Amino acid sequence: MRGPSIAHIVLVIAMLATVPLLTTSNAVLNFLIVALLIALVGQGWNVLGGYGGQYSFGHAAFFGTGAYVTAILQMRYGINAWPAFALGIAGGALVGAAIGALTFRSGLKGSYFALVTLAFAEVLRILASVAPITGAGVGILITLDLRPQAFQFQSRAPFYWIVLALLAASLVIVRLIEQSRFGAWLVAVRENEDAAKAVGVDTVRVKLVAMTISAAITAAGGGFYVQYFLFIDSGIAYGPWISIEALLAPIVGGIGTVFGPLLGAVVVKTLGELTKLITGDAPGLDLVIYGGVLVLIVAFAPHGITSLLAALRVRFARLRSSASEGVHG
Amino acid sequence: MAEPVLRVERAFKRFGGLLAVDNASLAVEAGRITALIGPNGAGKTTLFSIISGFMPPSEGHIFHRGADITGMPPHLVARRGIVRTFQIVQPFAGLTVHENIAIGAHLSRRSRAEALDAAAEVASTVGLGDLLGRPAASLTVAGRKRLEVARALAAEPELLLLDEVLAGLNPAEVATMMPIIRGIADAGVTILMIEHVMQAVMSLAGHVFVLAEGRIIAEGAPQVVVDNPRVVEAYLGHGAAARLSAAGGVHV
Amino acid sequence: MLSPVVLVPAILNGLLTGAVYGLVALGLTLIYGVLHIINFAHGALLTAAMFAAFFAHRLLGLDPYLAAIVLTPLFFALGYCLQRFVIGPAAHGEDRNILLVTLGLAVLIENVLLYAFGADTRTLNLDYAFDIVDLGIAFLAVPRVIGFGVVLVVALVLWLILSLTDTGKAIRAVAKEKLGAELSGIDVGHIYAVTFGLGTACLAIAACLLIPTYYVNPHVGNAFVLIAFTIVVLGGMGSVTGALVGGLFIGVVESLCGLYLGESLGQIGIFVMFILVLLLRPSGLFGERA
Repeated sequence: MRGPSIAHIVLVIAMLATVPLLTTSNAVLNFLIVALLIALVGQGWNVLGGYGGQYSFGHAAFFGTGAYVTAILQMRYGINAWPAFALGIAGGALVGAAIGALTFRSGLKGSYFALVTLAFAEVLRILASVAPITGAGVGILITLDLRPQAFQFQSRAPFYWIVLALLAASLVIVRLIEQSRFGAWLVAVRENEDAAKAVGVDTVRVKLVAMTISAAITAAGGGFYVQYFLFIDSGIAYGPWISIEALLAPIVGGIGTVFGPLLGAVVVKTLGELTKLITGDAPGLDLVIYGGVLVLIVAFAPHGITSLLAALRVRFARLRSSASEGVHG
Repeated sequence: MAEPVLRVERAFKRFGGLLAVDNASLAVEAGRITALIGPNGAGKTTLFSIISGFMPPSEGHIFHRGADITGMPPHLVARRGIVRTFQIVQPFAGLTVHENIAIGAHLSRRSRAEALDAAAEVASTVGLGDLLGRPAASLTVAGRKRLEVARALAAEPELLLLDEVLAGLNPAEVATMMPIIRGIADAGVTILMIEHVMQAVMSLAGHVFVLAEGRIIAEGAPQVVVDNPRVVEAYLGHGAAARLSAAGGVHV
Repeated sequence: MLSPVVLVPAILNGLLTGAVYGLVALGLTLIYGVLHIINFAHGALLTAAMFAAFFAHRLLGLDPYLAAIVLTPLFFALGYCLQRFVIGPAAHGEDRNILLVTLGLAVLIENVLLYAFGADTRTLNLDYAFDIVDLGIAFLAVPRVIGFGVVLVVALVLWLILSLTDTGKAIRAVAKEKLGAELSGIDVGHIYAVTFGLGTACLAIAACLLIPTYYVNPHVGNAFVLIAFTIVVLGGMGSVTGALVGGLFIGVVESLCGLYLGESLGQIGIFVMFILVLLLRPSGLFGERA
């Protein structure tokens, strides 16, 4: 499948890695960390939605589980932050597998699938808002302990590099999927499930595996979030905001591509910041923009910015070749 | 005699009050091209869906080389070597011709590179070799039919179920497709084809089953079946056979 | 716990609430039955209608039942324009795109309301809000009883529209067989928009019925819409009877769950039922095979 090579990915990551060496502005680093985090979460969504064609409206379920497991294991069971983080990813993957097993075996797809994922996320949110273990309405605060062993750092740069590394891993995973038989099967499921079955693709199993990978990547984002912000509650963990950002980034950037979520996350977050600059810190305004952007992108560039760029490149190449013909011909 | 590649034994299929398949039995011998013909709405595609696992029969059994595969899910039936095409073509529209066929090839190949190579070979045998990079959605009807066949072929089936691959093709396209089908059979693939284009049935099929209103009403060599008055009546209506023989017989 | 003194009022109140749920679900199922889309913006539109009803009283002194007369055609027009000029064109006919566009609209509308009016919860204080009908075995709030009656009237009017008017027949034709309807000269785009408008009009009426006894904030629609989705899935996508009967059923279930489990967990009961119905029978009890 066409797409960036591993070398390309390494190059982009290397360039991004130099940013903390070029600036010490906390504002810039914070912005980029959040953007990369959304890119990570969006990449998770991309595996199931972009490549698999199954649009989940409830990816918060995995983000929140990753965050809560990381937080709960640290604060209630005294487990070190790093293994807690890893278990958070495992927890998210498990939730993904469970939801996937229930929904895909029932043959749910399209709007029904979107609906049921929405419902699962909402159930988790309500449970988390009343359960003692998640801190109910109050949430969980991670105690300040600015040591690398505790997955906390004095400056932002290490956080930046960690989320960048996580993103890099997700980019590589997606590229490997693109080049594998599993990836071919996944895309076949997206394009036409019956035709896929007719040539031997176990569509239920493929979707399930994709969902689990998708959930794991998104859960990593959740775990990182709680380590960076040191606070989580049911609205942040399982709220609609993250379900929407998870799908907005890949759709804006380029659904079903390796770099789409990264590009989309940067664009979306930049739009959010610009909005805040122009209109001040009003609640809800950034989501207004996101809603509008979603409608506009679907209307005018349904395959995202990367496909717009590709189309422009083709048109540019045609112009140049016809121009040179004009000169010679 | 060896166990037939496929045996359908007294299959029934009910949809609510409608009996789409009514006590249908047939057998497909290895290495032959067998045709399944009959008027529209006879239940032929339903039978294909039952054989390939897309729906279970209400009653009856399907045997593949003697093994009972009734109710087996479609992807497992395909992995056993029975691959179907669809009457209304189902390409992977967002992918290229090459990628489409490669997905078929992936049934028996793990490596992407191998699958793509195998796909390219299959593409040239059906005449799509020059169109590998084209998006599947940009092909003509004839091209899409070939793509459908190529993708199924790349899965290296033992039994290929062709559902009206010639429908919608003009005579020139039919003439190009027929040798391709003959070539597939010559390479050792058993074919069961649903077809309306009689010219193809007559020249390609070694054995023919006729399905009308869900029931098998005749079987045998093409020439014999086509002259069968019951078959004529199924297509042309009650009393047609008598009228035609009065007027001078059936010509094909 | 199971004494009739407690049960009967719970059930009756459940029926009254359920009727309004049914009206919300009616709009949703109408849109699904004809356009075959799941309108994710339904909740946000209900919220918008409730804000409209609220401010109609606050700023114009309009009683909600009177406001309905103004808001219903207004929201019909809004729904018509949304489908005709935004959703229809943006989606290019692809199901996945329609999903996203209605989601985008939902996010946009809800957050415009949040930005404009803040997150505070507001209620109207109407003098008759606390009047009750004394049935002996139960006390029922007057606005709710009125609401129940209005829903029945609306359902009847809708039924009349669909069976007797030309537009209604066109709607049914498009719902059954879009291509055939198109070939018969029906302007499918217009019919889609009319149907969407009818769905939003139902929301306007429901909002006016709810506002005397309910609160309003930018997220209120979400609670209703998941309930509406549950009803529609339970009662059958596209089934008008199913939406109404389902609404009554869910109203009673919610009332009883709230009685025994408390508010928050009662909500979970609805979601869990929703998930179960989707997993086990997505076509619902009245609907066609999914």
